[in-house]
Amino acid sequence: MKKLLRFLADYKKECALGPLFKMLEATFELLVPFVVRSMIDDGIGCNDTRHIIRMCLLMALLAAVGLTSTLFAQYFAAKAAAGFSAKLRQALMQHIQRMTYTDLDTLGTSSLVTRMTSDVNQVQTGVNLTIRLLLRSPFIVFGAMISAFLIDVRAALIFAVAIPLLSVVVFGIMLISIPMHKKVQEHLDTVTDITRENLDGVRVIRAFRNEDAEAARFRRENDALAAVQEAVGRISAVMNPATYVIVNLAVIGLLSIGAIRVDAGLLTQGSVIALYNLMSQILVELIKFANLIISITKAAACGNRIQAVLESGTAEALPETAQMTVIPENRRGEIVFDHVTFTYAGASVPALSDISFSAKRGEVIGVIGGTGAGKSTLVNLIPRFYEPDSGSITVDGIPAQAFPQNALRKRIGVVPQKAVLFHGTIRENLLWGDSNASDAAIEDALRTAQALDVVRSKAKGLDEEVREGGRNFSGGQRQRLTIARALVRRPEFLILDDSASALDYATDAALRQSLRALPDSPTVFIVSQRTASISQADRILVLDDGQLAGIGTHEELLQSCAVYQEIHASQFPEEVQHEKS
Amino acid sequence: MKNRDTKLQMQTIKRVLRGLASYKKWLVLTLLLAVVTVALTLYIPILTGRAIDRIQGAGMVDFSAVSRILLTVGISAAVTALAQWIMSALHNKIAFEVVVDIRNRAIERIEHLPLAYLDSHPAGDTVSRMISDADQLADGLLLGFTQLFTGVLTILGTLGFMLSIHPGITLVVLLMTPLSLFAAAFIAKRTYSLFRIQAETRAQQTALINETIPNQKIVQAFGHEADTMNEFDEVNQRLADASCRATFNSSLTNPVTRFINALVYAAVGLTGALAAIRGTVSVGELSCFLSYANQYTKPFNEISSVVTELQNALACADRIFALIDEPAEVPDDADAVILQNAKGAVEFRDISFSYVPDQKLISHCSVSVKPGQRVAIVGPTGCGKTTLINLIMRFYDVTGGAVEIDGTDLRHITRESLRQSIGMVLQETWLKNATVRDNIRMGKPDADEAEIITAAKAANAHSFIKRLPQGYDTIISDKSGALSQGQRQLLCIARLMLSLPPMLILDEATSSIDTRTEQKIQAAFQKMMQGRTSFIVAHRLSTIREADLILVMRDGQIIEQGNHASLLKQNGFYASLVKAAAPN
Repeated sequence: MKKLLRFLADYKKECALGPLFKMLEATFELLVPFVVRSMIDDGIGCNDTRHIIRMCLLMALLAAVGLTSTLFAQYFAAKAAAGFSAKLRQALMQHIQRMTYTDLDTLGTSSLVTRMTSDVNQVQTGVNLTIRLLLRSPFIVFGAMISAFLIDVRAALIFAVAIPLLSVVVFGIMLISIPMHKKVQEHLDTVTDITRENLDGVRVIRAFRNEDAEAARFRRENDALAAVQEAVGRISAVMNPATYVIVNLAVIGLLSIGAIRVDAGLLTQGSVIALYNLMSQILVELIKFANLIISITKAAACGNRIQAVLESGTAEALPETAQMTVIPENRRGEIVFDHVTFTYAGASVPALSDISFSAKRGEVIGVIGGTGAGKSTLVNLIPRFYEPDSGSITVDGIPAQAFPQNALRKRIGVVPQKAVLFHGTIRENLLWGDSNASDAAIEDALRTAQALDVVRSKAKGLDEEVREGGRNFSGGQRQRLTIARALVRRPEFLILDDSASALDYATDAALRQSLRALPDSPTVFIVSQRTASISQADRILVLDDGQLAGIGTHEELLQSCAVYQEIHASQFPEEVQHEKS
Repeated sequence: MKNRDTKLQMQTIKRVLRGLASYKKWLVLTLLLAVVTVALTLYIPILTGRAIDRIQGAGMVDFSAVSRILLTVGISAAVTALAQWIMSALHNKIAFEVVVDIRNRAIERIEHLPLAYLDSHPAGDTVSRMISDADQLADGLLLGFTQLFTGVLTILGTLGFMLSIHPGITLVVLLMTPLSLFAAAFIAKRTYSLFRIQAETRAQQTALINETIPNQKIVQAFGHEADTMNEFDEVNQRLADASCRATFNSSLTNPVTRFINALVYAAVGLTGALAAIRGTVSVGELSCFLSYANQYTKPFNEISSVVTELQNALACADRIFALIDEPAEVPDDADAVILQNAKGAVEFRDISFSYVPDQKLISHCSVSVKPGQRVAIVGPTGCGKTTLINLIMRFYDVTGGAVEIDGTDLRHITRESLRQSIGMVLQETWLKNATVRDNIRMGKPDADEAEIITAAKAANAHSFIKRLPQGYDTIISDKSGALSQGQRQLLCIARLMLSLPPMLILDEATSSIDTRTEQKIQAAFQKMMQGRTSFIVAHRLSTIREADLILVMRDGQIIEQGNHASLLKQNGFYASLVKAAAPN
């Protein structure tokens, strides 16, 4: 949390002045009982009307000055807190932009979303309250006690007893309820999960007529949540009555001692009233203070989580090698893997072991294998999404690490497995590939990706709106648009990571054909489960459990590679039988 | 605009109150307790005032009277505390139960909303209505009970007590009250709209975050970080401004009312002290007045801060009620037929359909499927295959013509019996966060262990389930990723195997499943389809070739239908598809 305070650096003035103005107001508030005492003892006691009027005007003046200073304080607090959280969010977002794939895998994007949203909001509330109240409340409590001592030491001893007693009750109840609040949160999470599940799985739930069962499951969890909430509520409900009793006992004590002291002529009636008034100021502030401590604790916990994210990861992306070679502009489309081994962070076994192959310009390289064989991992190493443990990857004769990161990625068009589009228009999505692409270039890319009809079927064409995640497009439409997005940048290397899975054979075939005909003749990597998709590739890499089980053309592999034969046989049973018979 | 806001707010308030109706008895009890609490709380300053009057000066203290009075103070305080404690426990109970009820009604509604609504509204938004908005409402209700209610009582009680002591000073207090009310109302109104702007801006930012961060890898693959940052910064700045304004304005309420209270306090002091000189009021009574002035105005303080909270809560209540009020899907006809032992004849009689009124999708299409036939749905991606599933399962209704099963219009069959007669395995394998067993018996909750295992075996799922850490009791969670995509699909098949309805909709897997599992799935599919009318979204040439009826779809339309041989003879779109699919 401490390190997050640097985001307040621009608000030093606000952070200093805010509490200061608050204390100013508190001081004026503490003066009021004294004014009242003077009004009673010197005004009423001496029948001095003018003194009474003067004292009342003074009270009004104190109030006005108090108001002005609070307004400043509130403004400073709001400004600093809002500004702080904006800066914090920005820093987080910036940091996430620079994270490596490994960082993203380790931290998990859903927890990053929580950090960015609710955690930052909590911290903002914490900062706001801290500026406003952290100094004010203790100041009033102790100020009241000191004032009491100034009036009468003996009577003030009651303050010295009442304040710790009140503190024990207030803080004790809060301490007990904090862990219970955590439990409430857990139950709330369960209820949230069920809700989300019901929305995501609506088709299956209805198909299996499980609507009522699901609603019942929700009701059960919902009831459990309410039960815990009520339990916390019951404990918090003790606070007000308990403190009320203590305060009134203190008042009884004050008046008893006051009676003796006044009778002995050691104290005036006005002083007794002043003490009584001071007592009533303490409780409110103590409760405020305890609440504040809770908010701050919560905020600090959130702050620590945020800080952990900010400190995590390699931050400045991948390490750039020192000797930054001049990267030649000519694109040779060559890539060489030389004994590459790669292990995911936290994994015990390498995802890829000792992979060597090379590809030349315009070649189509198929990558095939079962689930978890390492197909995606292999292609993810090309744009340096991950760094190999050992071995080397060379692009156009230059080690991949020697490229400035963006220079390398600019040459590569990636079509990820998950076909995700972003909120905006179709055109905006396609411009991700190359922000300067003309409509003609976009059209070319769409045609190659077999996506021209997707756009043409929309009323507004390229300006058709894409909803979050591209949910208003079907899986196949999204997939073709993501292929077009990668093609818009006219890549030197094109990676299709199982990106035609939602396409039918015909579209898939047409796509492969048009990729071959591309004028730039990019080197294409096609990851697939279907032998039909890669059978015409110039070379096929067969992966099995992270090992290269075979490399060659379709025909060669059918002869020599057992793993490939098995995969093919499962997809074209008749053909294989036919060949055997 | 303002008028409409107020009207909307009033309607929401009325609805929240209606939700409280069933707690009438408890509410009456809390009302009584509140009266006791307030009365005693107000009586104590009078007592202390009397005590102070008996502590006039040196040698002028009436000790026996003082101690008598102080004893009464002690008893009153104890009774007040007890009443207060019971009261807040009750408030808690009522507030949470009301919200439980609202959430339950919301989930009930979600289960019966038309798919058209659910498909077009982001799940995140609905979840936030159910969770955080309902939470806010609970908080608002609690505050409303504990502070609004007793606050009003305290104001009225104080006025009564003050009138009984000195009407003149009371008049001064009364005259100054509107100031406080006016200020509070003014701030509350401003704050409401500012909070709404803040909430809207925050929602925009959250949407952006929810979209980008989970897809951060894509953002980076395209070097789109800078653009993402720009877009983010823009919203972020707007949020900072909106948040600063909302926070500042809402934090005005306390200081402003506190200021007005201080003025009231000073005015009471002035008139009271002057009256004391004239002898119409004692010093003790003045002290009592002063603490009243504090107590009297504090509720205003609280009420106004509560009002801002309530505004927020009302805005949230609005959003949940909007969800609950969303029209449910058309109910089954009163005389709807219960489909039993369906033979499985499916007839599309001149159907037309579109998701969006002005964008035609299917128009005037007829298909006839005989019982037990296998129907392969074939076509390029995005051709509308899912639309057919939506219509057969009646997730959506046709806009023209009719879909009939065994000669009965779907819309005249109860949804329950219709869906009971059709089994569905989709490529997107949805399993709920529960044990393997619970997932398998989704379609037949009363199935016994033997049935479950038989179904799992039939689906080729038993062997891998046995190897799971807790076997059939293993909890499947989305995040754990303990199951591969193929295994998940096998579980979906097992789920269907248990109920085995007379009609099937199967979405053939296209990828991301390893070959061995794939073979198992194929085998399971074959077993299920025996003697059942089956619709298969087919990708595999072998499946298509064996189908009795092939529906060739393109751009939402069924453009060709027939069997493999007849379609090849037509030499149309289908024939070209087949040619393209051949491996060489």
